[in-house]
Amino acid sequence: MTEVSLASQVAAKWRKKRGSLIMALHEIQDVKGYVPWEDAYQIAEEMGIPLARIYEVLTFYNFFKLDAPGKAVISVCTGTACYLKGNDKVLEEFKKELNIGEGESTPDRMFHLQCVRCVGCCGLAPVCVVNGKTYGRVTPNDVRNILDEWRSKLDEDKE
Amino acid sequence: MVKLKIDNYEVEVPAGTSILEAARTVQIDIPTLCKHPDVDPSAGCGICIVKVNGRILRSCCTPVAEGMEIITSDPEIVNVRRTVLELILSNHPNECLTCIRSGHCELQDLSNTFGISQSRLPSLNKKFEKDESTKAIVLDPSKCIVCGRCVEVCQNQQNVWALSYLNRGLATRVTAAGGIPLAESPCIKCGQCSAHCPTGAIVEYDETQKVWAMLNDPELVTVVQIAPAVRVAIGEEFGYDFGENLTGKTYAALRRLGFKKIFDTNFGADLTIIEEASEFVKRFTTAPEQLPLITSCCPAWVDLMEKYHQDMIPHFSTCKSPQAMVGAMAKTYYAEKMGIDPAKIRVISIMPCTAKKWEIVRSEDMKSSGYQDVDVSLTTRELARMIKQSGINFRELAEEEADSPLGEYTGAGTIFGTTGGVMTAALRTAYFYVTGEELENIEFKDIEGLEGIKESEIDIKGNKVRIAVAHGTGNVETVLQKLRDAKANGEELPYHFIEVMACRGGCVAGGGQPRVMMPGQPKPRGITDDIRRKRAQGLLNEDLQAKERRSHHNQSIKTLYAEYLGTPGEGKAHKLLHTHYVARPKYQR
Repeated sequence: MTEVSLASQVAAKWRKKRGSLIMALHEIQDVKGYVPWEDAYQIAEEMGIPLARIYEVLTFYNFFKLDAPGKAVISVCTGTACYLKGNDKVLEEFKKELNIGEGESTPDRMFHLQCVRCVGCCGLAPVCVVNGKTYGRVTPNDVRNILDEWRSKLDEDKE
Repeated sequence: MVKLKIDNYEVEVPAGTSILEAARTVQIDIPTLCKHPDVDPSAGCGICIVKVNGRILRSCCTPVAEGMEIITSDPEIVNVRRTVLELILSNHPNECLTCIRSGHCELQDLSNTFGISQSRLPSLNKKFEKDESTKAIVLDPSKCIVCGRCVEVCQNQQNVWALSYLNRGLATRVTAAGGIPLAESPCIKCGQCSAHCPTGAIVEYDETQKVWAMLNDPELVTVVQIAPAVRVAIGEEFGYDFGENLTGKTYAALRRLGFKKIFDTNFGADLTIIEEASEFVKRFTTAPEQLPLITSCCPAWVDLMEKYHQDMIPHFSTCKSPQAMVGAMAKTYYAEKMGIDPAKIRVISIMPCTAKKWEIVRSEDMKSSGYQDVDVSLTTRELARMIKQSGINFRELAEEEADSPLGEYTGAGTIFGTTGGVMTAALRTAYFYVTGEELENIEFKDIEGLEGIKESEIDIKGNKVRIAVAHGTGNVETVLQKLRDAKANGEELPYHFIEVMACRGGCVAGGGQPRVMMPGQPKPRGITDDIRRKRAQGLLNEDLQAKERRSHHNQSIKTLYAEYLGTPGEGKAHKLLHTHYVARPKYQR
């Protein structure tokens, strides 16, 4: 195989710069959406940084994800306005429907559920955003429709 | 020099000294949990606070300054310390009764010292699954106070990088990378983490029950061997001073525990020397390209080499460790000689080491007798536990002798337990093998002591033999790099013979040695250079007083070769006493 892996490219780019581990890990996550074990291992080998240190960094910062997120990222706003307007119940409904917790992905890697603090359109509260598409005035009853919409969309993409 | 006042005592110490250390010069032990003499200050625990000109600061990481006025203890300071302790305890289980560390625990000791009798704070302690994956050390994150001593030692002193911090804040845990089991990490089982842990968070994998069962099975012939370093440390568990050599009492205790025969790993050490010195002489005289020869009796070092320094495999001595050799001899030579079915023999070894538990199952070579050569490897701490359980009054025991023939040893065998000892023992015999004459001066002062890397040159009848001794695996890299550079540049080899022990000070300071808190011992407790020196001295003194100080003078070993093994390094000796090494991945994932 002649193709150079992403981790190798990233390692080559940052190897000589001291203190650049975080930048390298950012680049991996930008492309892959998370930092897989294999990539972290390769970065360790090729940048000469112990893997143990890399995981200290990866688990210190909330930003880094160690597991593949779902394809559709559901952001439930729990900012003040959305929360008061009942988004906590919407969040519960998502958790129940998907059978996952906050910050987790479904085992089939279809959905990822996360909370965000204000997406800047409080007039539409309560608000959810799925992969950039905004849903306003959401009620727990809408949850199933939103999920179905994205299921068929993701299925289409697959085909 | 800097002049200051500590609790109204005038103190003069070199610039750069921490307040914590300066206070010791006026007999004040400022309590601390995270600052250990082997590690840099991390300002982690917050117990060591003092008042500097009225301000509260951490004494471990505050250097002295001219004219400072320091108060190390007043009601306010004691109050703060007590609160910090309560906070630590709010994230620590109240399990002292069932904790292996109870009685020797630094946290428990401090808690008693500060009179903490109840917890005001709600417990935030989370139960985590214990990591017993290595079957050598056990890591229980619930008992960890995240002082960082183990991480510091694993990463910097040992340069192994198995342990690390996971997550942050209250969720911080000490684990292998990303929370994987230790057995899948580069962990070499040296146990230095456990030697430095102030609580019961990292302890030995206890196998005493297994041994009790064997001892109580009348069908079995259960025999035992004790490592050199055990005899100068076991006494600490019974109120003796550091380094007191208690070989005879230990034999007596073992016999009372029910072991049928008492052997000595020192016999195995002498045997190792015969094989290793022969191997060295062979390489030195006929195959110089295979030099340097690197010692391999330390299993943690073998593990490290197989994971991190695979280019060095051809330089490794193929000799098994003394522990493994005694095991192999017990189930072949001894079994035959005594007419015992080797299937019924159980060999237990008492080691200062947690990695020895891994060594006995590390490869098929460890079954050279047709059975597992050593069945269970216990640490010094586990043996002490067994002696206490059985009610034996260790201090009152009369000294006894080991059993023949796997119990006889020379002074060269006993110094295996300290840094420089294996090299010293090997040179005594190698000199004889090369020249046919006995070496006059058989002590090598250059390679004694706690300097991390020691070098010397020995003249063997006109042949210069350059040697290096490294201990604490963090020091190995420097020696190996020198070697690699010389090879790459086509220069003359910097060394012909290298001794490596994974733990600082050698086996006397191994991960399985007692962690008893003695009244006179400065805080923080745990292994220190002072203890390392005292235990080493216990072995060196035994060598000085030994009738025979050269392995090739061990009569039982001469008989063993004449009756059974034949020539060193060949035939039976090769099959039973040698092993081979394979490159292993750092991570099993």
